[in-house]
Parts: sequence; structure tokens; C-alpha cells
Amino acid sequence: MEFFERFAIPHPSFAIYASMVAAGLTLIAIVAGLTYFKKWGYLWREWITTVDHKRIGIMYLISALMMLFRGGVDAIMMRAQLAVPDNTLLDSQHYNEIFTTHGVVMILFMAMPFIIFFMNFVVPLQIGARDVAFPRLNALSFWLFFMGAMLFNISFMVGGSPDAGWTSYFPLADGESVGSHYYMIAIQIAGIGTLMTGINFITTILKMRAPGMTLMKMPMFTWASLITSVIIVFAFPVLTVALAMGTMDLLFGTQFFTLENGGMAMLWANLFWVWGHPEVYILILPAFGIYSEIISTSARRNLYGYKSMVGSMVLISLLSFVVWAHHFFTMGQGAFANSIFSITTMAIAVPTGVKIFNWLLTLWKGKIEFTTPMLYSILFIPLFTLGGVTGVMLAMSAADYQYHNTMFLVAHFHNVIIPGVVFAMLAGLTFYWPKMFGFMLNEKIGKWTAWLLSIGFLLAFMPMYVTGLDGQARRMYTYSESTGFGPLNMVSFVGAAIMAVGFVLIVYNIYYSVRYASRDISADPWDARTLEWATHTPVPEYNFAITPEVASSEALWDVKKKGHVLFKGDYEKIHMPNNSGVPFIMSCIFFAWGFSLVFSLWIPAIITTIGIFICMTLRSFEKDHGHYISVKEIEDTESEMRGA
Amino acid sequence: MKIDHSLPLEYSTEENRLKILGFWIFLGAEIMLFATLFASYFTLYDRTGSGPTGAEIFHITPVLFETILLLTSSFTIGLGIHAMRLGRKKAMMGFFIVTLLLGLAFLGVEIFEFVTYVHEGAGIQTSAFTSILLTTLGTHGAHVTLGLFWGLYILIQVKRDGLTPETGNKSFIFSLYWHFLDVVWIFIFSFIYLKGMM
Ligand code: HEM
Ligand SMILES: [Cu+2]
Repeated sequence: MEFFERFAIPHPSFAIYASMVAAGLTLIAIVAGLTYFKKWGYLWREWITTVDHKRIGIMYLISALMMLFRGGVDAIMMRAQLAVPDNTLLDSQHYNEIFTTHGVVMILFMAMPFIIFFMNFVVPLQIGARDVAFPRLNALSFWLFFMGAMLFNISFMVGGSPDAGWTSYFPLADGESVGSHYYMIAIQIAGIGTLMTGINFITTILKMRAPGMTLMKMPMFTWASLITSVIIVFAFPVLTVALAMGTMDLLFGTQFFTLENGGMAMLWANLFWVWGHPEVYILILPAFGIYSEIISTSARRNLYGYKSMVGSMVLISLLSFVVWAHHFFTMGQGAFANSIFSITTMAIAVPTGVKIFNWLLTLWKGKIEFTTPMLYSILFIPLFTLGGVTGVMLAMSAADYQYHNTMFLVAHFHNVIIPGVVFAMLAGLTFYWPKMFGFMLNEKIGKWTAWLLSIGFLLAFMPMYVTGLDGQARRMYTYSESTGFGPLNMVSFVGAAIMAVGFVLIVYNIYYSVRYASRDISADPWDARTLEWATHTPVPEYNFAITPEVASSEALWDVKKKGHVLFKGDYEKIHMPNNSGVPFIMSCIFFAWGFSLVFSLWIPAIITTIGIFICMTLRSFEKDHGHYISVKEIEDTESEMRGA
Repeated sequence: MKIDHSLPLEYSTEENRLKILGFWIFLGAEIMLFATLFASYFTLYDRTGSGPTGAEIFHITPVLFETILLLTSSFTIGLGIHAMRLGRKKAMMGFFIVTLLLGLAFLGVEIFEFVTYVHEGAGIQTSAFTSILLTTLGTHGAHVTLGLFWGLYILIQVKRDGLTPETGNKSFIFSLYWHFLDVVWIFIFSFIYLKGMM
């Protein structure tokens, strides 16, 4: 019995049982559907084993959208719990688990894969490459991320969820249940995948650009991806070490973050934020890149201040590493340290401001077309600026004693992350949808969504600034009537519900457009400027039949306005990598390895460790030189695509 | 695969050049990894709780042995790569074998050292100091262990396939890795052992 008790959930509730049933039914439906329609083979050949950056990108997208809903349900539950004083919908333990998984899922398993989806899908096309530098590694990155996310997500069904917040501060994360084990190990597995993505994209962008594309002629999103990848490579190893140390404390009784024998809980906090602060810039810089693409396209004007855009991103990336201690202004680090970190934090506002002005100046003389992506981008500017202003308020270390750990902070970071990152993702999704799937999303529903999300956002989060200043603490599962927080929290709940409607509309939009949208669209439906729009839709396996030659950061625009010729010369045979099942299989073993560690099942842990090792050995000895696509095949594909 | 004969073997194809750059970036990540471990070590090194301090457990002899073994192996792998560029397969393999044997010896001494620590009451659970000490050393040791397998695999492939752009590339990348481990060791030697014994 003892053995099975480990897997039971320590704090069951009706909601958890209900979601277990839902998850079980979904799984059965998927398996049955795949079997009925005989799609297993297709799934394996075309998707699971794929090394094509476009397909890997789409798999990232699907995962991110799934996780958006998981995190969104958590958010609604929290807001429902807080909607009225002394509510008993959730108990304190359940609330703790929900804000923890909400935070982790949203940041690491929703926003991260979403931006990596863009990097995967867009960057190789935008630089005129055939694939990323290491396609196999790319597949491994995806599957590791996916398995890490799945491992984290089963926590509420098997063994219990983490409950120490997404920051998982010790000694809160003491490991009474396996929740914190899940946290440490699942994020570790996904994090290794992300690190490899960073390495892959730096190499890709530095080495695989089309002829003529110097660094200062790269489109803005590619620049953003490059800088993001650099931040990933420098920040993620810190997380790797911190998580490894945390895991060892929980599983092997080391003394890193304990309260006796020299352990130091603040060390965790420091390491966490040395990664954690750059992490938010890993999310926001690609978002800025997407906005830049959309704004210049829909304002029909080249981006104002290209060089200052690049410069400010470089500056932001450097500054992002020297501000982490603003997360502990109130934890006794002394006035001197507080002042330094206060100033460095505020300094980030400068390059960010430069970017805002550049976008505004791009719009200034532009002929603006109000497409859905553009609507998001325009809503982004004032909403995000508001979040930036409250960020500067938080950066004042003396004042932070008032804001620290209150709803004010929660309002602030959602205020930057939702208009900044989430809107960018939805804008980019709408923008790139036709390139991926060959039809547009419905514009009318899209605009409704953008407005609903903005209004819902304002209603949901503006009240929190007020209650936060009044002292409503963060991570409190309820409050008493006498505090007077009740009405504003009710407004917040209504706002969250409106946002939920907005997110459901996105799904409806996809459904609607799949059914009714015209399939007869050009390869360049937005009249855009960069290379990704210069190839066919859907994009052929090899991206470009002939490697393009470019002369500016707006290669396709040059073709339209200056008569530049992109594709010179004849078809040549194209070298492509072979599909492989190894990344998937290896990641499955990683999943089993993580699961064994979470539950301290040592024998399976050893077996899976050996399994991983064997995969690496096989890889070392493998001889796989890819294959060639012949000129004949290229000609056939090209003429078919041109005909269609 | 287009092979450019004007370049050294390890750089001679497009794919090879990509791999070498990618590996350099990976080493950048490794530097961050070890830097984090060192930073944690400096934070925790006097937090010994009820356990021993560094000065009490460090012994110079095994550490000197380890240092000499690893430094020499870094030299021999350099010779191995040199031989590879001259196209001398036998010599190259010889130097690789010597390198791996030196690495193995290093690992032996390190295991002996760990056993001594545990006997002296400095296990990984004793205090924050011993935890971070053994984790930092252990991470380096694990890298060496992995390197031994990796090097062995490459050796087998060179024997099987000869010196091709592919095996040349693999050997070169492996040598970068091995030199890197040596550099990390120099930091461990100076900032953990020497500083700890002073
Ligand atoms: C879509 C509407 C959203 C709503 C209504 C919402 C609501 C909330 C609430 C009520 C909390 C917990 C407050 C507390 O008791 O501490 C919270 C925490 C958090 N949220 Fe959201 N959220 C939303 C979207 C997002 C998104 C998109 C992200 C990130 C990409 C995000 C990241 C976080 C993080 C990191 C925390 C902190 C968790 C912790 O304290 O450990 N949220 N959110
Ligand atoms: Cu921060």
C-alpha cells in the first residue's frame, strides 16, 4: 500500500477529480480518433519524427495554445475565489497550488514555447535559409520541452502540485509533498531543451543568412531572436544549476538552501532571479520584434530608427542581467545594494522608451491599415507604457516597501506581460497564420477578440493597482469583508471573465476560418516586406527553391518597389536532413527519468539514465548524411505551386 | 557534401563549420554553468555548519597529481589534433589513447579523494560547504567521465572510418571540450584548493 500512497494526491478536491476525468476522456478520444482514422502512421512519419523547422514550430504553437488554456483556467479559478470576501470555493492549499502552476505554466510552458514557435517558423524563412543549423537538435529541443511540460502537468493528478509559487523560494519549497520535486525536475528537462534552442538559433542566424544579408540588414524579428538566444545561452545555465541544487536538496539531503548547517535560502532566490529577470526579456524582445514587423508592414513604411532599435535591444539584454536584486529590496540587503539595483532597473526604461518612440514615429507618417495584427500592436503601445510606468514605480526601492508582495505587483507584471507578450503572440499568430495554413483568420472576429481582451484586461488588472496600494497581499486566498476589497475584486473577476470570452473567441475564429475562409490567397496577403513572404504558401519543404540574394532589411519590399531580383540562377539539387525518431524516443526516456526521480524510484531512475546514455551513444555512431531533393522534384513542386 | 580542401579537415564542410561554431556557443553556456557553481561556492565556502572547513580536509598530494594528469592530457590531445591535421592517423590515435588514459587516471585519483573526504566526515550532506564543494568537483568529474566515453567512441570511429571530414570534425570538437575541462580545473585548483589551503 505504501508504494501506491505516494502517487495519491495529498489534497484532493472536486475540481481536481473533475479535471482528471476530463483529461482521461480527452486522452481516450485522441487515441480512439487516431486509431479510427488510421492516423498513427501519418502522425509518426510527418510530425513526431519531423526535423522540419516549420512543423516543429507548429508543434510548439499547439502546445503553447493548450497551455494557455490550462493556465487560463487556473487564472479564472483564482479570480473567482477572490471575487467576494471570505469565499470558500477554494481552500488555501488549493489556491497555493493554483497560483503556482498558473505562474509556471504561463511563463515557461505557454509564453516560452510561443516565442520559440515564432523563432522556429519565422527566422529561417526570414533569413532565406533552408532550415536551422541543427535540425535534429531542434527536434530534440521541442520534445524535451514537451515532455517537461507534460511531466509538470500531470502533477495535479499524480502525487500533488507544487505550492510554493513560481519562484519556489526555499524553505517554502521544502518537499513535504512531491510538488516541489515536479517543479525542479520538469523545468529542468524543458530548460535543457530551451538552452539548445538558444545555441541552435545563434548558430543559424550567424551562419546561414542569405547572401547580401549583413548583420545590419537583418529584419527586426531576426535581430530580436538573435539577442534573445544570446540571453538564453547566458541565463539558462544558471537556472540549470539552481534547479539541480534544489533537486539535490529535496532528494539527496544536501544543504544548499536549508536553514541549518550553513544552507542559505537567499542563494536560491538570487540564482532564481539571475535567471528569472533576463527570462522576462527573453519573452519581451521577440514580442518587440513581432510588433516591429507588423507595424512597419501595416503602416506601409520602413521601421523608423533601425539602428537605435538594434542598439536598444542590445542594451536591454545587457541591463537585464544586472537588475535581479530588485526582487529583494525588502529582504534586508542594505541601502547601498538597493540603490544600485534601483538605478539599473530604472535605466531599462530608457532603451525601452526609445523603442516606443520609434514605433510611434513609424506610425506618424505611415498610411495605417487597421488589420487585426495592427490593432493589437496599436493597443499594445499605451497599455504597455502604463505597465512600464508602474514598473518604474516599483523600481524605487524605498517605495517598494509599500508595494512589495501586494496586488500592485501582480497588476504591474500582468500589465507588461499581457499587452507586451500575449498581445504580440496573438498579433503574430494572426499575421503568420496564412503563411502556415494557407488561409486568413477572420478579421471581424479577430478585432472583436482584440477589443474584448483589452477591455477585459483593463477591468481585470486596474483594480488590483488600487487594492494593492491599499494593502491587499499577493498570494492570499481570501480576505475579510471589512477590508473593503470586495467590490474591486468583483470587477476584476468580471474582467477576467471577459478575457476568457476573448480567448474562447480565438478558438471559435480558428474553427470558423477553417470552415469558411477563402483558400485562394496569395503568398503575400499583407503586402509585407521581408523574405518569409517571398516563398510560396504553404511553404515547400526546402523553403526556397533558389537561395535569395538580398540588399536590405526589407528584401521583398525592394522587389516590389525597386525591381530587385531575389532569385537568380538555376535550380540545384538541395540537401535536406532525414527525419528521425531518436529525439522523440530520447525525450520519452527523459520523461520516465523525471517521473522516477520525482517519486524517488531509484531503480527506474538508474535504468532510464542508462537509456539516455545509450541514445547518446547510438547518436555518436550513427551515420546519417541526409538526402538530396533532385532538380526534377524541385521543378515539379515549383510548377505545381505556381499553378495552384 | 562539398569539401573545401583549402581548409583544415575539421573545417572543410559547411556542416563542420556550423558544428564548430555551435560547440563554441555551447562552451559559452558551460562557462555560465561553472561560473554559477563557483559563485555559489564562494557564497557558501565558509558556511560549514557543524562540518569541517576546507583547510581541514584538503590534501595537496592528490590534487597535484590530478592537476599534472589533466594538464598533460590537455597537451597530448593538442598533439593528437596536430597529428590529425598532418593526416597521420596512427599517431593521432596514439595521442588520443594517451589522453584518455590520463583522463582515466585523473578520475581514479578524484574518486580516491572523494572517498577520503567521506571518511573524514565531509559527505555531500554534511554542510552547505561540503555540498557545494562536492557538487562543483562532481560536475567537473562527471564532465570528464562523459568525455572519456565520448573520446572512446571517436577513437573507434577514427579506426573504422579513417580521417574523414566527419571524424576530423568530431575529434576537433572533442579536443575543444577537453581543453575546456582543463581550464575549469585550473580554476578549481586555484580558487578552491589553493585558496582553501592557505
Ligand atoms: C489571462 C488573464 C490572467 C489572469 C486573470 C491572471 C490572474 C492571476 C492571479 C489572480 C494571480 C495570483 C495572484 C496571487 O494570489 O498571488 C496571478 C499570478 C501570476 N500570473 Fe497571472 N493571470 C493571467 C494571465 C497571465 C499570463 C499571460 C502570465 C504570463 C505569461 C501570467 C503570469 C503570472 C505569474 C508569473 C504569477 C505569479 C504566480 C506566483 O505568485 O507564483 N498570468 N495571475
Ligand atoms: Cu526583475
